[in-house]
Amino acid sequence: MDHEKPFAITLDVGSSLANKTGAWRTERPVYLDLLPPCNQACPAGENIQQWLYHAEGGGYEAAWRQIMADNPFPAVMGRVCYRPCETACNRGQLDESVGINSVERFLGDEAVRNGWTVPMTASATGKHVLIVGAGPAGLSAAYHLRLLGHDVTIRDAGDAPGGMMRYGIPRYRLPREVLDAEIDRILAMGVRLESGCHVTDVVAALTEFDAVFLAVGAHIAKRAYIPAGDSARILDAVALLHDVEDAQPPMLGRRVVVYGGGNTAMDAARTAKRLGATDALVVYRRTRERMPAHDVEVTEATDEGVAMKWLSTIARADGETVTVEKMRLDDKGFPQPTGEFEELAADTVVLALGQEADLALLDGVSGIETEDGVVRVGPTLMTGHPGIFAGGDMVPSERTVTIAIGHGKNAARQIDSWLRKGDHRAPQPAALASFDKLNTWYYSDAHATVRPQLEAARRVSTFDEVTGGLDESTALFEARRCLSCGNCFECDNCYGVCPDNAVIKLGPTRRYEIDYDYCKGCGICVSECPCGAIEMRPEPG
Amino acid sequence: MPLQPIKFYQTGSFVVGNRLLDPDERAVQARIDRTNSLNCGHRACQGCGEALGARYALDAAMRATGNQMVAVNATGCLEVFSTPYPETSWRIPWLHSLFGNAPAVATGVAAGLKAKGRSDVRVVGQGGDGGTVDIGFGCLSGMFERNDDVLFICYDNEAYMNTGVQRSGATPPAARTTTTPAIGPEPGNVFGQGKNVPAIAMAHEIPYVATATVADLRDLEYKVTRAMDFRGARYLHVLVPCPLGWGSASGDTIRIARLAKESGLFPVFEAEGGEVTDVSKIRRRVPVEDYLRLQTRYAHLFGEHGHPGTVARIQAVADRNIRRFGLVEGE
Amino acid sequence: MLRQVEGSRAVADAVALCRPEVVCAYPISPQTHIVEALAAHVKSGRLSPCEFVTVESEFAAMSVAIGASAVGARAYTATASQGLLYMAEAVYNASGLGLPIVMTVANRAIGAPINIWNDHSDSMSQRDSGWIQLYAETNQEAADLHVQAFRIAEELSLPVMVCMDGFILTHAWEQVDTPSQEEVDAFLPAYEPRQVLDPADPVSIGAMVGPEAFTEVRYLAHARQMQALELIPDVASRFAEAFGRNSGGLVHPYRTDDAETIVIALGSVLGTIKDTVDEMRRDGVRMGVLGITSFRPFPLDAVRTAVGEARHVVVLEKALAVGIGGIVTANVRMAVTPERVSTVIAGLGGRAITKASLHRMLADAIAGRLEPLTFLDLNHELIGNELARMAAGRRSGPMAENLLRDLGAVASRIG
Ligand SMILES: Cc1cc2nc3c(=O)[nH]c(=O)nc-3n(C[C@H](O)[C@H](O)[C@H](O)COP(=O)(O)OP(=O)(O)OC[C@H]3O[C@@H](n4cnc5c(N)ncnc54)[C@H](O)[C@@H]3O)c2cc1C
Ligand SMILES: Cc1ncc(C[n+]2csc(CCOP(=O)(O)OP(=O)(O)O)c2C)c(N)n1
Ligand code: SF4
Ligand code: SF4
Ligand code: SF4
Ligand SMILES: [Mg+2]
Repeated sequence: MDHEKPFAITLDVGSSLANKTGAWRTERPVYLDLLPPCNQACPAGENIQQWLYHAEGGGYEAAWRQIMADNPFPAVMGRVCYRPCETACNRGQLDESVGINSVERFLGDEAVRNGWTVPMTASATGKHVLIVGAGPAGLSAAYHLRLLGHDVTIRDAGDAPGGMMRYGIPRYRLPREVLDAEIDRILAMGVRLESGCHVTDVVAALTEFDAVFLAVGAHIAKRAYIPAGDSARILDAVALLHDVEDAQPPMLGRRVVVYGGGNTAMDAARTAKRLGATDALVVYRRTRERMPAHDVEVTEATDEGVAMKWLSTIARADGETVTVEKMRLDDKGFPQPTGEFEELAADTVVLALGQEADLALLDGVSGIETEDGVVRVGPTLMTGHPGIFAGGDMVPSERTVTIAIGHGKNAARQIDSWLRKGDHRAPQPAALASFDKLNTWYYSDAHATVRPQLEAARRVSTFDEVTGGLDESTALFEARRCLSCGNCFECDNCYGVCPDNAVIKLGPTRRYEIDYDYCKGCGICVSECPCGAIEMRPEPG
Repeated sequence: MPLQPIKFYQTGSFVVGNRLLDPDERAVQARIDRTNSLNCGHRACQGCGEALGARYALDAAMRATGNQMVAVNATGCLEVFSTPYPETSWRIPWLHSLFGNAPAVATGVAAGLKAKGRSDVRVVGQGGDGGTVDIGFGCLSGMFERNDDVLFICYDNEAYMNTGVQRSGATPPAARTTTTPAIGPEPGNVFGQGKNVPAIAMAHEIPYVATATVADLRDLEYKVTRAMDFRGARYLHVLVPCPLGWGSASGDTIRIARLAKESGLFPVFEAEGGEVTDVSKIRRRVPVEDYLRLQTRYAHLFGEHGHPGTVARIQAVADRNIRRFGLVEGE
Repeated sequence: MLRQVEGSRAVADAVALCRPEVVCAYPISPQTHIVEALAAHVKSGRLSPCEFVTVESEFAAMSVAIGASAVGARAYTATASQGLLYMAEAVYNASGLGLPIVMTVANRAIGAPINIWNDHSDSMSQRDSGWIQLYAETNQEAADLHVQAFRIAEELSLPVMVCMDGFILTHAWEQVDTPSQEEVDAFLPAYEPRQVLDPADPVSIGAMVGPEAFTEVRYLAHARQMQALELIPDVASRFAEAFGRNSGGLVHPYRTDDAETIVIALGSVLGTIKDTVDEMRRDGVRMGVLGITSFRPFPLDAVRTAVGEARHVVVLEKALAVGIGGIVTANVRMAVTPERVSTVIAGLGGRAITKASLHRMLADAIAGRLEPLTFLDLNHELIGNELARMAAGRRSGPMAENLLRDLGAVASRIG
């Protein structure tokens, strides 16, 4: 102390630092990274919050690379994924969910446009894995196995790779140049693809390879017995869509009845419209609410003039008519016949009653178990036969491209671990960043951006893509709507609100630290963290 | 406009330092090099709104004045917890004289600086609600009336906290303090008393009067900065919840200040030359009950032996504020 | 320059020559003429740079001075009586903070009953406030003391109160020599504050100090006043050198060398006492006078030396410590053997202190008839009546009014 200044009356700056108020604390704030619900919901295991974080700062390439860590198909995802992430998104409880999928599509398209690729850094393992099936499960596995340093050969029965992405999902939802670009990017990583190669003997293949991943999908259309006259024209939806893709569209006539209530039924009806049908009618046993098809798909179909007939079964098909029986739902929600019949005009009936897996290639393979027509696998996706793994539509699961991709990733990691004789276990996920952990006051009101839609006239006459993408500004806006649930996004709130200046700001991207010398444990930072990334914990000891 | 929500960013201007904003558009509190006018080691209770408000305001003032600033402090919690010998938490030139004279001391500082040709150095006077609306009021009014070049900031925690939570002229109706106990037929502080010092300040027609809370940092910083655009007497009345005196959780300090504004109980506005020029609209309106229930000083209003009629009267106070200041968009 | 001038004006001019940078004041008789004159100095630009702040109370006046002083500005204010009490809290604060403010107290009685005339009750009430208190005997001294006061205050970082008798001095027209600006500038260096609020070197002034250091803080304040015991005479002698006049210092002994009886007093009454003593000396009475200029710090040694072997010490006081008697006496008794000292309370509320009364009282003193506590010219009849009334019943009515009624000054209403 400067002795010129009056003793005790006048004090020098900095002297209070001697008083370590941290000693007052009974609880301490701790920074966390919680699991955002979007991430939890993503079947491909994307770290959505993290890539949105990059995207909202304009770091599109970094954002894309973050997606690519889990999913090699952002552009495809951005078009065909059913978006469970958006259903789970916390922002949905605030106004509307973040348009995660549209940002993903924007990023995927940016990557295609700019030719971004993923470097392979792992050294070659010398192991060689056979993948049967070049659908999303197989391609995803191939991609991840290559990243892990393994040699990969894919054998696929089709003429071109992609599985149902190519032969199921119509072009107006997934333009083929997009699909090709993303598949080519994978193949360019040194994946050997043998197209037109129908694998029949897996055990034989195992002698050539160190492991096998089966991803043959489910391609056999389920049929229902419909009494039919000789002149009746009955097709199945998968075949219809496959033929369209092969540029050999069948003659459907003017009036098409599609039987079934799933997404495939919608695609079949919409395709029929595009092939010239004036009337496309979907006949389904139950009600709209109980339809397995996703809402968007149904809406898009109705927008395009597809008609729906609920609570009806087809009792009989003849040359130009079908007879439908009215149904009613019983107490348990099952449709029951009523005995009331109606006749409808129909040139063609398209059956869209679901698909079954063709498991012939597994005949006689020891240890393989099946249930409900699909192959049973454990959590590591290995079948009962060591070294044979399986995923995608051929295993018990919901059937979506995204789940198939997730299986491919998981299978790759499990195969890698199996080949290394390791034991790959995904780390214990962090606690969920549920909505109640957020302080939503801080988020500005911003409603979701709607993707542009192709006008209806062009939609029914062409196979042009129906739903457009976001441009950069709208994608950025959408990314910035993310609440960053459970993960610090450097808003400086904790740094600002501490009455004791006990939060140390470490600088951009380096986040913050609590200065426990002075933190009194009031908990304001915890309350005011918008995204719930801080938690109070009892003082240790 | 005190608040310009930047819609494009996920958090607009509500958070302290939205990382996507231009650094100049972020709050002063977001800066690594902020003054920390009130440093670590002070002895305020956990979660003290006054400690927070003081740092917010003074750091903003330091930035607005290019660090050319002197602060004068009335007796009260802020003074006691910041400067117990031998430790001071202040990193700015700071003077404490008495409980009731801070505005006059500030006048003296301003006069002295002016005479010394140092009008570039700006003066902030500050005190609690007691030091401002009660014992310091004569000096405050004199300072206003002479239009002395002082920004006076009242940190309103609605009672004499430093002496153990006694009623002041800023204690709201029904609130329990140690001199308005929650007993008898009309427990807590009575209705129909108390001073509205922002309104009285406006009646002096001084260049600038504003209210703010610790819940809206950007607004508070804006108002301090705006105040520094003027010469002459300026007044800023900041609501600073006191966990000890209000009986609230220490982590709820900002939440409670926010609810005070969002319920309409504490109107946030600014006025120039005696005319209201802007009000901060309520963004998510809440009933006063949401605010009251978080504080044990109102505990007697709820529960089995509660006083719903009193809650309704408090709601009427809020509703009147909402009408009077047009706090709700389109109402 | 020697001029016939009102005391207030002489003081205001002297203060202005000291170049105060902030002057703040609230009006109260008999201080008004001083601050009015200063207002004119500032408004006319003769005193510049200086901020004249017309505050809303004495409490604010001292507070403004505190603020100004803390930023290194030379600060001045003036007050009296009720005003001094109204600012009391800030008076203590200024000294506690060690701010070298100079304040004139135009001494006046304190009410109730309200009274605008002179006595020392006001400044005496602040004797323990930590301020240096200097009492002026004449208007020349009052003017000179202000010049010295700034120098003392700033050297010690202590505030100084210059006390001058209200009306008797403030409103009296006398010859006063006012120095030139150059002379004052040469005598009074620029204010170099010991502590200052400066953004370039921030400090916190006015900390809260607990039991662990409070005694030491107080001791240091005392020690600084003890330093003043040396500084005050030193400044007075430098002043004499510079201006050729004896003003200030700790005490003014007058014919004390061989005195058997010494009258001690403060302020303007010393003139009358000296005249009386001169007359008594002519009659061969060995009588002397000791004027105390510095009441705080109290110059124990100087008083002891001046009193020497005198047998009687009469302390004539213009203030009363109700319930005990003399205030100055209590201090004098620490310097000399207490038995020799008696107290005479005189001049309260402006009552004239005449030579005749002094003669009577001093004759009693020489004759050993003086009571330990005497009220000069007390109207015994009046007191007797009122005391009797009080003895008769508790509800005797307001005493002051009763006394005035007895004097016939107030028409008696009912009963
Ligand atoms: C019309 C339709 C629309 C759909 N729309 C969507 C949608 O919008 N979003 C969504 O998420 N999901 C959708 N799906 C579901 C989705 O396409 C599938 O769940 C997904 O493609 C399954 O991927 P997979 O890799 O398991 O199998 P598949 O995509 O079916 O691929 C399997 C591949 O294996 C090949 N193969 C089969 N057997 C053999 C063999 N023995 N030897 C060699 N190769 C073989 C096939 O040729 C094929 O290429 C749709 C499905 C259909 C039918
Ligand atoms: C003249 C005087 N009266 C009373 C006090 C006692 N006192 C000190 S601080 C205080 C209360 C301060 O209340 P407020 O100004 O509201 O500030 P807070 O402590 O609530 O922040 C009181 C009554 C005092 N210091 N001085
Ligand atoms: S707000 Fe962002 S982090 Fe939270 S669930 Fe939605 S997309 Fe995920
Ligand atoms: S308050 Fe903001 S900066 Fe602090 S942890 Fe939460 S998100 Fe990150
Ligand atoms: S009593 Fe209230 S104002 Fe005082 S330090 Fe504690 S929380 Fe802050
Ligand atoms: Mg208070």
